[in-house]
Amino acid sequence: MDFNDTAEEAAYRAQARAWLGANAPKRGAGGGMIGDEDAGGLKAAKAWQAKKAAAGYACITWPKEWGGVGGANWQAQVFGQEEANYPTPGNPFQIGLGMCVPTIMTAGNDVDKQRFVGPALRGEEIWCQLFSEPSGGSDVAGSRTRAVRADDGSGDWIINGQKVWTSGAQYSDYGILITRTDPAVPKHKGLTMFWVDMKDPAIEVRPIHQMSGASGFNEVYFTDLRVKDSQRVGPVGEGWRVSLVTLMNERNAIGGGASYHRQVMDLAASVATLAGSGIKDAALREKVADWYVQAEGLRLTRLRTQTALSRGQTPGPEASIGKLVTAPLMQDVANTALELEDQFGIIRDPEYAPLSALFQATLMSAPGMRIAGGTDEIMRNIIAERVLGLPQDVRVDKDVAFKDIPTGR
Amino acid sequence: MNFDFSDDQKFLKGEARKFLEGRCPIAKVRAVLDDAARFHDADLWREVAAQGWLGTAIPEAFGGLGLGHLELCVIAEELGRALAPIPFASTVYFLAEALLLAGSEAQKQAWLPRIAAGEAIGCFASVERPGALTEAQVQAQVTGGKLTGTKLPVTDGEIADVAVVLAREGGRPGLFLVDLSGEGVARETLETLDPTRGAAKLTFAGAPAERLGEPGEGMALAEALLERAAVLLAFEQVGGADRALEMAKDYAMHRYAFGRPIGSYQAIKHKLADMYVKNELARSNAYYGAWALETGASELPLAAASARVAACEASWYAAKENLQTHGGIGFTWQMDCHLFYRRAQQLGLVAGAAKAWKERLVTQLERRNAA
Repeated sequence: MDFNDTAEEAAYRAQARAWLGANAPKRGAGGGMIGDEDAGGLKAAKAWQAKKAAAGYACITWPKEWGGVGGANWQAQVFGQEEANYPTPGNPFQIGLGMCVPTIMTAGNDVDKQRFVGPALRGEEIWCQLFSEPSGGSDVAGSRTRAVRADDGSGDWIINGQKVWTSGAQYSDYGILITRTDPAVPKHKGLTMFWVDMKDPAIEVRPIHQMSGASGFNEVYFTDLRVKDSQRVGPVGEGWRVSLVTLMNERNAIGGGASYHRQVMDLAASVATLAGSGIKDAALREKVADWYVQAEGLRLTRLRTQTALSRGQTPGPEASIGKLVTAPLMQDVANTALELEDQFGIIRDPEYAPLSALFQATLMSAPGMRIAGGTDEIMRNIIAERVLGLPQDVRVDKDVAFKDIPTGR
Repeated sequence: MNFDFSDDQKFLKGEARKFLEGRCPIAKVRAVLDDAARFHDADLWREVAAQGWLGTAIPEAFGGLGLGHLELCVIAEELGRALAPIPFASTVYFLAEALLLAGSEAQKQAWLPRIAAGEAIGCFASVERPGALTEAQVQAQVTGGKLTGTKLPVTDGEIADVAVVLAREGGRPGLFLVDLSGEGVARETLETLDPTRGAAKLTFAGAPAERLGEPGEGMALAEALLERAAVLLAFEQVGGADRALEMAKDYAMHRYAFGRPIGSYQAIKHKLADMYVKNELARSNAYYGAWALETGASELPLAAASARVAACEASWYAAKENLQTHGGIGFTWQMDCHLFYRRAQQLGLVAGAAKAWKERLVTQLERRNAA
């Protein structure tokens, strides 16, 4: 065990550090949630991505053939660690570069790869992922958005339906879309994937006003959207298999971040309880310790993953625990902090609420973290089935024609 | 960046697992549990000594293998997995570590070779009353090199040859080495939660005691010793927790209720997923503790507390929910679930409860935040 860099890692880190020192913004708000960026934030993000791409720090692990650097996973990790030291703009490219474009690279045709990979990598075009639907958030294979062949012999497809919870759809240029092409076969077998032009007038994007006040997610409506057969990603009826590539990339993006234990301790030291200073409260101290070992456990788990990557190994399933740990943790931290603030806890005005209302904002965004990208319950199912190998739930919809599946309506 | 064990250390771990699967099947643990007159498996103890494990972190000059604490950690994990009914922790994590930490050259020469050879069993005698180990706990007295007082519970006190004892001398606690074969030592067997790791009440009436380290440094030395033990015990806890999860998983795959495996119900799946998450968090925290212990890093107090807190949580959760997953059969003597349930409590309390370690952890965080 050695937390120091190898000579190779140290050289790469020094090079990345020097470049960041000369090029990264020193001041700025930093990034927020995907989809929350305003026009200015989007412009700054695009400029930063273009700068990284020109210097060979964007999509470090992608093959050179498609404009990547052909670098190793550890290089991407090291650059990411160094980049995190700067208040860089938000990353509206995360979904495109992490999921959509890798799907195109894996299952798309050569023309599409030539057309899309470079502009995405350079931050010129933004992608969104059109998977969830009103009738199935966790049940992606239950998608009902229909794609049928046009009856004019063109081979085109006509798409009707609705997607929901689409992050960044309001400013995306393209999206990958999962559709139902055959409702007469069981649900996993009748799906087909397409890419779509988000600027097409047959697509309507309506922002969802979230409980946090932000509107990063959208509803996306398709009304007689016509797409060419060449926009199909993978074979007809193979959409589920193609989407697994996307979802696997999502799972590899290990979640988890700050735990705010430091901020809670500072807050506790500044407020009183009936038994004395908040920081002397035994119940709070136990909670801080619990939060710390969880946040620290995740940080260290990421270092184990990084070690496996640097040895050219595939990381183990431990990478899948991040979001499941962090999201409920943040909710608990926020709730405990508001208890410490006591009656002041109800104030969301940053002028009066401690730490500029950090914990009020966290309380209101935490429910979204527990749901987005797979609910806590879905994450537990994934761990139980894919990591531990437990049997799938009995599925009453599995061997039934999609059109015959009960909907409760 | 290299946050993993080396290939050699992993090989050692694999060898330890094979050896313990062959030499320490659960039937051997049960044999100790079922026989009130036995406090450990003496045959296994001899075999473990022959493997050289007792001297893993003891320098070659003192008869050990001269490897490091990382090697000791991988062995600890396997011992925890096997629920090995031997005084390994008492002898290696407490006695040998106390000697390495504070022993004089002569004390090391006297005891370390015997420990490495399996000829001396140790124990750590610190507390006297219910509650956390505070200075007020320490009432035993050393006067003129003679120890008087009572210590309980002392894990492996029944079978130990030598004890590391926390006692007052001139009003302030110090750490002492007491040869239990000498005069003035009485042992009384205690009924315990985990009879596979027995404990005794030790009564000293003028027993000869040699000081370890400087006078008045007892509490600081005990803290340092507990930090080292906490890391090593965390590996035993992680080993046991992983095996409890495997037991629960195997049972859930093969036990049918209402026409399907119980492992296909989300109530069971989610419980097992939570076990997995806790075990991984505990493992990562334990690795960090191992690194801090091996390198003598200044992070050790915080890393040890984190390893301990995470391991106590994982081991307790895995033990109790493994039993629950088994349903009624899990509550029987014949099923092994209760062995893990007992050991989880034994390991979770023997170096101080998680509650105390959480307090140590937050105190360390306060210091770090202030710096």
